[in-house]
Amino acid sequence: MEIIHSSRPALAILVSLIAAFLILITGERSRNLREFWTILASVVKFSVVLSMVPFILEGKVIEYTVLSISPGLSVQFRVDALGIIFGLTASFLWIITSFYSIGYVRSLKEHAQTRYFVCFAVALSATMGVAFSANMFTTFLFYEIITICTFPLVAHKETPEAIQGARKYLTYLLGTSIAFQLLAVFMTYHVAGTLDFRYEGLLNGARGNATDMLLIIIFILYMAGITKAAMMPLHGWLPAAMVAPTPVSALLHAVAVVKTGVFVVVKVVLHIFGINLLTQLGLGTALAYFACVTIVVASVIALTQDNLKRRLAYSTISQLSYVILGVALLTPSGITGSIMHITIHAFGKITLFFTAGAIYVATHKTNVSELDGIGRQMPFTMGAFTLGALSMIGVPPLGGFISKWYLALGAIEAEQLPVIIVLAASTLLNAGYFLPIVYAAFFKEPAPEHHHNPGQKSKIQEAPVLMVVPLVLTGIGAFVLFLAPTFFLDIARIALHAVVGGN
Amino acid sequence: MMMEHLPAIIIVFPLIMAFLINVAGWWSKKACFYMALLAVTVSFLASLGILNTVLQSGTISYRFGGWEPPWGIEYVIDHLNAFMLVIVSGITLPVVLYSKKSIEQELPKKIPQFYTLFTLLMMGLLGITITGDAFNLYVLLEIASITGYALIGLGDEKAPLASFNYLIIGTIGACFYLLGVGYLYIMTGSLNMADLAQRLPALYSSNAVMAAFAFFMVGIAIKMAFFPLHVWLPDAYSHAPSTVSAYVACTMTKVGAYVMIRIMFTVFEPSFSIQLHPVTTIFGWVAAAAMMYGCILAVAQNDLKRMLCYIIIAEVGYIVMGISAANRMGFTGAVLHILNDAFMMACLFLVVGAIYYKTGAKTIGEYRGLFKKMPFTSMSFAVGALSVVGVPPTCGFFSKWYLVLGTINAEQWVFAAALLASSLLSAIVFFRVLQNMFFAPAASSSHDQGSESHVQEKRHEAPGSMLIPIFVTIAGILLLGVFSGQIIEMIIQYTVPEGF
Repeated sequence: MEIIHSSRPALAILVSLIAAFLILITGERSRNLREFWTILASVVKFSVVLSMVPFILEGKVIEYTVLSISPGLSVQFRVDALGIIFGLTASFLWIITSFYSIGYVRSLKEHAQTRYFVCFAVALSATMGVAFSANMFTTFLFYEIITICTFPLVAHKETPEAIQGARKYLTYLLGTSIAFQLLAVFMTYHVAGTLDFRYEGLLNGARGNATDMLLIIIFILYMAGITKAAMMPLHGWLPAAMVAPTPVSALLHAVAVVKTGVFVVVKVVLHIFGINLLTQLGLGTALAYFACVTIVVASVIALTQDNLKRRLAYSTISQLSYVILGVALLTPSGITGSIMHITIHAFGKITLFFTAGAIYVATHKTNVSELDGIGRQMPFTMGAFTLGALSMIGVPPLGGFISKWYLALGAIEAEQLPVIIVLAASTLLNAGYFLPIVYAAFFKEPAPEHHHNPGQKSKIQEAPVLMVVPLVLTGIGAFVLFLAPTFFLDIARIALHAVVGGN
Repeated sequence: MMMEHLPAIIIVFPLIMAFLINVAGWWSKKACFYMALLAVTVSFLASLGILNTVLQSGTISYRFGGWEPPWGIEYVIDHLNAFMLVIVSGITLPVVLYSKKSIEQELPKKIPQFYTLFTLLMMGLLGITITGDAFNLYVLLEIASITGYALIGLGDEKAPLASFNYLIIGTIGACFYLLGVGYLYIMTGSLNMADLAQRLPALYSSNAVMAAFAFFMVGIAIKMAFFPLHVWLPDAYSHAPSTVSAYVACTMTKVGAYVMIRIMFTVFEPSFSIQLHPVTTIFGWVAAAAMMYGCILAVAQNDLKRMLCYIIIAEVGYIVMGISAANRMGFTGAVLHILNDAFMMACLFLVVGAIYYKTGAKTIGEYRGLFKKMPFTSMSFAVGALSVVGVPPTCGFFSKWYLVLGTINAEQWVFAAALLASSLLSAIVFFRVLQNMFFAPAASSSHDQGSESHVQEKRHEAPGSMLIPIFVTIAGILLLGVFSGQIIEMIIQYTVPEGF
């Protein structure tokens, strides 16, 4: 595999850090200039990430060492196919979210907007850091930075509930990462003498140095420590984080933060342990069953939630485990499905969160039970919601179908019948908690208190344009991913090729 | 010519300055600060010169007054104490800069006395670090301790009692140390550390030597506030003037740790401290208890300074944990942590002092919404706190890295777990504070009207002479983390005792 040395990955990270600084010094003096920095940074960041794609498609990797702290401990970036998919998704959606954020915070006249945009920019920097990291140390470094700089975003409202939620958020994420993940990192270093990701699996290569028992313990510690993946029973922080402003929930708790979690899980499975080792230890199947439980249980809980954002949060928990499930199957199609689902779920879920925010801004409604007839008032928003929901369910012609297809193929390859049943059941459950919303929005009569002014009954009252356009775009994105998945499939195939060797 | 005598200058210059400051204080109180600053700067430059010499040509041996050891007093400077000298004098510099405003407010009538004692304290600490003579070390230890008692006694209304308490316990510690020296002198007829190290191995089975070792360890444990002999510390450090708390917090316990390393691995051989007696194993368990105890009690504190005092007790546990791992990784972690902890504690105590200076706030409740008033100070506190928790890229992460790897290499899984558990507990400790500082619960009216002019009108930042030292420590915390590999390669790897 050809290695190109280039500072582009570092640049992609630096862009939004510089932006954060500019946002901070611009402050409230000129809101437009401040927002301009955010937009500029997001566009530049996406362009930088995009400029790396041709190399990746040629099967090369891009490396850049920022700093070697001591032997085996360095801040190093290596952009490969897996990283670029995540990087592309997150940086592209940041552009859209930036516009949406501006619409959201200005409509609601949020306080501490500067802090909000600064933290957002830093969070995106750190997300790129995780996506492009070449070793577990770099990953851990940025993983922790994400936790810390998103804490102010979750606590943004500064109400007692927000503080409470943020505290839970921090306790789960920081606590488990120090207690379990860091210990696992230490043990990995102890066994392998380095922390570099290897395509055949770092610990696979160092198998002679450790007993199977120790390896199993390391694996469990990793899985318990990467709480950002929100696997049950360590999922409680995600619903708690829903106190955050909606754009935060949309980009961070549907894309950046949680995807960082599953991305690190994928990295640990493929590049730290390796398919070979996990198959021999039988840990892949165990992880797959854990993911299955999460998928079903979270979906069932989602059915019972009346608060729209909480319902979406439980749906996210369930969908994140799809990614884990795919990679845990350790079969080519499963891994492809898993990588695809990172992007596809991102587009679908961000649309859903965007609509939740738009509904809140336009009508101040937060509960599913209040949404009767809202589709007549907000047709574009609810149309996008429908697209997102259908993609979640996995109905063609939407992106969700593709990843689910590959996941099912993966389950067949792994000869795991129960997994197929779980996939089917979860599809039904997804339909069960999304379709009633769509039905109520378009076909039910609005609640009686809106009737007192019959003249305005059918009038369109959308959220601000800055919010509606982004959510329509991401909704269309979920559709485009079905029509033209080749681009992402190609990259996924390269990532797969690196870890399994064959086709 | 000058370079040769640096080991003398680093001690003698502040000693002379201390007396001159006292004299000058009769004429001008302002001059005291500048004289102290001069003394500290000269010592710092001298320590850099010494470190440079050591790095280039290895261990320096300086004979005071030209007397041959083992009769005369010999100063021996290897990588370890050259490193310590730079830490101690390097951290004194920002503290003394910071002291100007803080002392003018807290001790307006006692400025000359303060700077006299302060300079003497630094001289004592440097002396402990530089000397190669076990008895001379005792003398300097007492100089440092007695000036410490006096400085702490200058604090608030409860300070004299706390200081008296510390005096009693500290003197007992010094006595234990002196007993150890005495026993060794009876057995070997020597007080010079290098000489002792040569004569002792033949006597390792002697009960008197074992007793001497035990006396040493207990004495030092008291001086460095190693659990369970720490009881004097929280009272003494929390009632002292802010500058004094900051200074003793970041130097005293570290110098104590240095003395422990010296006695365990230079005067006695590693084989004595590790194989002949299970000292390191016992210390490992006690250190684990210290970390837990320190952090748990820190959670229970409302007074910021007192909370940090308990964190110090935990940090001392970290250092001892590294020593007790008895391998290269662990030892590296311990020495690195001496450096890092000095900066972390300096940062946190200076910040707490600056906040007290500006707002009079002492308890966590009073810290509410402080970020709006003092954004830079609050940010600095956050960096220091993250470093104590051990979040990369702050330096606290890197020493923890080596410490945990040290315990894992020693296959002491319980100790590794204890290290991580105490990180978690310190996360709880600090996020409780940070949350109050950064997110004032809805009390502020900034909710409905955006925060535009709000921030500007309430800003009430600490003066520059306090902020700059704080920023120096922050830069230290970040740079030491990034360059920890280089520091280990250049200096710390030579400090590791043979056989590790």
